[in-house]
Amino acid sequence: MDAVTEVTTFDLRTDSLRDVNAALHAPGLEGEFVIAHPAGAHNVAVGIDAPVKLTVEGHVGYYAAGMNQQAEVTIDGNAGTGVAENMMSGTVWVKGNASQSAGATAHGGLLVIEGNAAARCGISMKGVDIVVGGDVGHMSAFMAQAGRLVIRGDTGDALGDSVYEARIYLRGTAASLGADCVAKPMRPEHHEELGRLLKAAGFEHDDTGDYTRYGSARNLYHFHVDHAGSY
Amino acid sequence: MLTDDARARLGLRESATFDRATIAGIQRAAETGIYDIRGWGAKRPLPHFDDLLFLGASMSRYPLEGYRERCGTDVVLGDRHAKHPLHLDIPVTIAGMSFGALSGPAKEALGRGASEVGTSTTTGDGGMTPEERGQSKHLVYQYLPSRYGMNPDDLRKADAIEVVLGQGAKPGGGGMLLGQKISPRVAGMRTLPEGIDQRSACRHPDWTGPDDLTIKINELRELTDWEKPIYVKVGATRTYYDVKLAVHAGADVVVVDGMQGGTAATQDVFIEHVGIPTLAAVPQAVQALAELGVHRKVQLIVSGGIRTGADVAKALALGADAVAIGTAALIALGDNHPRYEAEYEKLGSAAGFFDDFQDGTDPAGISTQNPELAARFDPVAGGHRLANYLRVLTMEAQTIARACGKAHVQHLEPEDLVAVTIEAAAMARVPLAGTDWIPGSR
Repeated sequence: MDAVTEVTTFDLRTDSLRDVNAALHAPGLEGEFVIAHPAGAHNVAVGIDAPVKLTVEGHVGYYAAGMNQQAEVTIDGNAGTGVAENMMSGTVWVKGNASQSAGATAHGGLLVIEGNAAARCGISMKGVDIVVGGDVGHMSAFMAQAGRLVIRGDTGDALGDSVYEARIYLRGTAASLGADCVAKPMRPEHHEELGRLLKAAGFEHDDTGDYTRYGSARNLYHFHVDHAGSY
Repeated sequence: MLTDDARARLGLRESATFDRATIAGIQRAAETGIYDIRGWGAKRPLPHFDDLLFLGASMSRYPLEGYRERCGTDVVLGDRHAKHPLHLDIPVTIAGMSFGALSGPAKEALGRGASEVGTSTTTGDGGMTPEERGQSKHLVYQYLPSRYGMNPDDLRKADAIEVVLGQGAKPGGGGMLLGQKISPRVAGMRTLPEGIDQRSACRHPDWTGPDDLTIKINELRELTDWEKPIYVKVGATRTYYDVKLAVHAGADVVVVDGMQGGTAATQDVFIEHVGIPTLAAVPQAVQALAELGVHRKVQLIVSGGIRTGADVAKALALGADAVAIGTAALIALGDNHPRYEAEYEKLGSAAGFFDDFQDGTDPAGISTQNPELAARFDPVAGGHRLANYLRVLTMEAQTIARACGKAHVQHLEPEDLVAVTIEAAAMARVPLAGTDWIPGSR
């Protein structure tokens, strides 16, 4: 029989955010944690670097789980701007919707948004995997450098504008593509990669054949007068 | 080719509007179809610290003995909120310059030189290198729109964090690094393909405007347990408003970079035509701090064209707490040295004129990622040269401060200054020499 894991609960009605974050930065941290009554607070659970499980029971404001390392964070609600911004590793799972710049500049780990994400989802992403259950807003994957962005719904305008080497998998329709972003063929390795990402995010029943891959045409990789109209 | 003197004797007259550099620029644009990208800062003549003079002590003020009486130079930066503010021995810091723009040994030398005299150095767009961290006693980690190489481990290793909104050479512009300098190591640190022309964002990806910045600064504090000072750096434009908003957003230190501040690669038109001179920015920043009641509580670092101890003293007298140097530091390391004259000429430039930092062909091995060129540069010797130069700047500033009767360089004040031009008097808000007239004041 497994040992019973003790769950430590913080309550943001009574515990200060500063104390809660400091407690989550303790050296050698392990175990399970709950943050109750976040009430839309900003900067909840930023900078964790430990293999812990954390559940935030409610909606959060800006930058929840920012720069996360190792931790498995579940947000049982909606997330404000920049959820999991610059995440390095671990998992951030949003049960609801996410505001703009979800997963911005994140280098690694997995960000799952069960609902929709607003504008600039995956902006400047640098290696993170992002799976969005619904739609994303305009300018998503803007200047995305590396990693994978999976969108089960539709996108707003200018998907993948100035994208570098990130791969975008879209099931629905893009309102428009951004500069230098083009549709690319789904080869077997892409079906395999997409299947793994969908499974990790709990959408293993999706047919990868329904998705289109988008990425960089690499026409803007060098400044040249012939591209002046693209900028 | 005729000399200038021979041309004048023939009665040939150069157009002031279409001078030789302008004509060459038009010819270059017509040939290539693309704008000129270069390094350095604004090269045009501008009102500057040269246009100010100090009123040394005489009958109404006592000077300090030059070699006996102490004149302090230390400065504390970021003691408003941070548990660990920076305490620097001299008020001259090294401005942000990236690994990528500069070679690894050059960054190391900046750290060595700064540490030798007890001041800080700053990372740049492209992340923190172990060489730099290892050699820098006080290292400021820049938080830029691109977030290249940004990670929480380095954030925790930093001594201060500088949120960069812009720089004087290109307020409103993002970073730029051309393919020649995107070496495998630079590409790896920035998560970019090798050899591409890097296009950096000019806006931060996850915040817009001062209200968001307040939350962002709090995030950085929470991430680092409120240990580190948070700087906010702006390129000088609407400085009065920008400084007020930066303070409201929670900055511990505001860095204001005038248009003479350098860059490794930016469009020439941007460098020369966007932003305001350093001299015009400092009084605006000080006014903003004073009106908020935080002058000397939120520290002000001024950069853009600081070359001598006189410039340092004048910036401090106008109300700055410290200055930052970039271009001058590179020159101290060996940039534009006459020993490379023949090689500069091969590149179509000359010692004293070389500004093609974007090309990565720097004969001095400083603004390059070419391993052979970088190997020419000795970071230990370069660090010593920088330390010497920083000591000279400090001693020069002390010389002036003592002459003005100040026991600490921070005690210099606007009352110690006059201007020799009406423009400088209006910008610096000090009287025209020999008068009590400050243009624009009642």
